[in-house]
Amino acid sequence: MIHLHGVHKTYAGAQPLHVLKGIDLDIAEGELVSIMGASGSGKSTLLNILGILDDYDEGEYRLAGTLIKGLSETRAAEYRNRMIGFIFQSFNLIGFKTAVENVELPLFYQGVSRRKRHQMAMEELEKMGLTDWATHYPNEMSGGQRQRVAIARALVTRPQIILADEPTGALDSKTGVDVMELLKRLNREEKITMIIVTHDPNVASQTNRIIRIKDGVIEG
Amino acid sequence: MIELIAEIWQTARRNKLRTSLTGFAVAWGIFMLIVLLGAGNGLINAQQENNDRYVDNSMMVFGGMTSKAYGGLQEGRDIQLDNNDLAITQTRFSQNVDKAGAILYASGVTISVGENYVSSSLRGVYPMDQEINKKEIVAGRFINDIDIRDQRKVLIIPENQARELVPHNPRSLNGKTVKVGDLAFTVIGIEKEDKSRMSTEVTVPFTTLQTIYNYGNRVGRINFTFHGLATEQENEAFEKRYRATVNRQHQAAPDDEDAIWIWNRFTQAMQMAKGMNIIRTALWVIGLFTLLSGIVGVSNIMLITVRERTREFGIRKAIGASPMNILRIIIVESIIVTGFFGYIGMLLGFGANLYMDATLGSKPIETGLFTTTVFVNPTVGLGTCLGVTIVLIIAGTIAGLMPALKAARIRPIEALRAE
Ligand SMILES: Nc1ncnc2c1ncn2[C@@H]1O[C@H](COP(=O)(O)OP(=O)(O)OP(=O)(O)O)[C@@H](O)[C@H]1O
Ligand SMILES: [Mg+2]
Repeated sequence: MIHLHGVHKTYAGAQPLHVLKGIDLDIAEGELVSIMGASGSGKSTLLNILGILDDYDEGEYRLAGTLIKGLSETRAAEYRNRMIGFIFQSFNLIGFKTAVENVELPLFYQGVSRRKRHQMAMEELEKMGLTDWATHYPNEMSGGQRQRVAIARALVTRPQIILADEPTGALDSKTGVDVMELLKRLNREEKITMIIVTHDPNVASQTNRIIRIKDGVIEG
Repeated sequence: MIELIAEIWQTARRNKLRTSLTGFAVAWGIFMLIVLLGAGNGLINAQQENNDRYVDNSMMVFGGMTSKAYGGLQEGRDIQLDNNDLAITQTRFSQNVDKAGAILYASGVTISVGENYVSSSLRGVYPMDQEINKKEIVAGRFINDIDIRDQRKVLIIPENQARELVPHNPRSLNGKTVKVGDLAFTVIGIEKEDKSRMSTEVTVPFTTLQTIYNYGNRVGRINFTFHGLATEQENEAFEKRYRATVNRQHQAAPDDEDAIWIWNRFTQAMQMAKGMNIIRTALWVIGLFTLLSGIVGVSNIMLITVRERTREFGIRKAIGASPMNILRIIIVESIIVTGFFGYIGMLLGFGANLYMDATLGSKPIETGLFTTTVFVNPTVGLGTCLGVTIVLIIAGTIAGLMPALKAARIRPIEALRAE
C-alpha cells in the first residue's frame, strides 16, 4: 500500500534543517503500524509527506501504486480527499459547524449530493455512537467525543489509509484507551491501513508494528 | 451555490458588527451613485422636456449688424430681413428647406370683449409655425394659407387669456368677434396655455400683422424646417451657404457672421445631447470613486477574515478542498457582502430619489415671467439598476480577489501548525 524509498526532506530557512535523511519504508494493506521517536525527530514531517500535505526533496513515494511527486495543489487535494483520512492530535474540527456538518465536509468536496452526504455522515456518526450529538457544535463536546467526530470525518470517504498524528495526545488515559480500541476495531473490521504517530508506548504496543525514527532514518 | 451561500451566511453571522461597518461604506457608495444619477436624470429630463417643445430640425434667422466693411459700405449697419429673404429661403434652398415662414411681433395691444379686456401682444406667423412650436389647439383651428393670402383679421388666443374675456366658458370665445385695439378680429382658435412661457401672445396671420402695423416688406425673423442635414458638418456647410446668400442680398460680406444670426435647433440639440452624456459619465465616475472606498473596506475586512480563518482553510484543504474551492468561498462571500449592502444603498437611493421627485420633481418654479421645472422625474431606470448590479459584482470580485488568492495559497501544514 505504501512504498517509500530514499526519501529526503530538508526545511529551507536561514539554517536549512535536514530532517529526513533517506527513509525506506513499506506498509502493506490492512496493517496497523505506529511511528515512534524523540520529539523533533521528524515523525510529523514523515506523516505529512505520507498524507501529501507536504513535498519531499529526494527519493520516491508510492501510494497504492501511484507515484506521489510534485503534484499540483488541486491534484494533491483530490488524492487526499479520496485516499487519505486524517486524525489530528487537536481534532481540527471546524468550530462553527455541527458534528454532522463537519463529517459531511469531505463529501461536499467530492460533490456528493446534500441528502446522500447527510445520510452517510449520520451513518458514520452512528458507528461512533454519536447519533445524539450530531447537531452539537464541537465546543459542546468532550475531547473524546470530538476525536470520534474527527474519526468519523476521516472514515466517511472510505479512504485507503488513515494517518493519525498523536490521536490520543490530547485525551486523558481512559478516553485514549477508548479511542485506541475504536481505531483497532476499524482496522480489524474494515481492513483500513492505519499509521499512528505516538509518544505513548502503551499505544504503540497495541499496534502490529512499531517504526522508530532516529536522526532522520528508520532504526532497525 | 445554495450550500455556498448557506456556508457564507454561517460565517457572516459571526462577524455581524464588522461586516455591517464595512457594508456601510459600500451602501453609502451606491447610495451616492443612485442619488447623483437620479438628480442628473432629473436635470436631463427637464432639459429634454424643454427641448421637446420644439421641432428639432428647424432654424431661426435674425437680422444682425454687420461687423465688416464690404462693397464700399461701412461696418455696423443694421440688417433687416425682408420678404425677398423669405422667398429666397424657400426657393434657393428648397433642397433642404421644407417650409419657410416668418414672425413679426406687435406689443402693447388691448383685446376686449364688451366690458372685459386683457392686455396682450400679437404674433404674426405662417401656418408652419404650429409645427415648429408645437402649438396645441383646444378649439377651432390654426392659421391657414387662405388667412395669409387674404390677410384675414383672425386670431388664435391662449386659453388663459380667453378666460379673462369670458370667465366661465373660455372656449366659447371661438368663432366670436373681439376687438384688437380698434380693429375687429374673429377668433378662429383657442390655444392650450403653455405654463413654461408667457402665454400672453395672440397669434394672427403674418401678412395681416405686416400690413396693419406698416412693416412694409420687413419680416422680423425667418424660421423654417429642414431635412437632409444629418451631421454637424452638413449643418455648418448649409449655414455657411445660407449666410453667404442672404448676406449678399444686403450687401454684406458673405462670411460676415454678425450680419445675420442663425439659430439651429438641430445642432443645438446635438450639442445638448453631447453635454448630457458628459454629465451622465461624470456622475458615474464620481459615484464609482465613492464606491471605491467601499471596495477597499471590503477587501480589508476580507483580508482580516482570511487571516482569522487560516486554520479553517488549512483543515478544509487537508480533507480535500482544492485552491479553487477556497478561492470561490472568499470571492462569493465578498460579492454577497458587497451586493447585499449595495442593494441596501440602492433602495435607500431610490427612496431619496422618490423624495426628491415628491419635493422638487415636476414642481414648477415661478420666475414671475414664466414657470419652469428644474427636475423632471429625478429617478433612475431599470437599466441603471442592472448596471449597478454588474458594478457590484465586479466590485465584489475585485474586493475579494486579493484575500481569496491569499486564502487559496494557504498551505495546510502551516495552517495546522499554527496552534
Ligand atoms: N515547516 C517547518 N519549517 C522549518 N522547520 C520545521 C518545519 N516543520 C518542522 N520543522 C522542524 O523539523 C524538525 C522535525 O519536526 P517534526 O514536527 O517532524 O517533529 P516530530 O517528530 O513530529 O516532533 P514532536 O514529537 O514534537 O511532534 C523539528 O526540528 C522542527 O523544528
Ligand atoms: Mg509531531
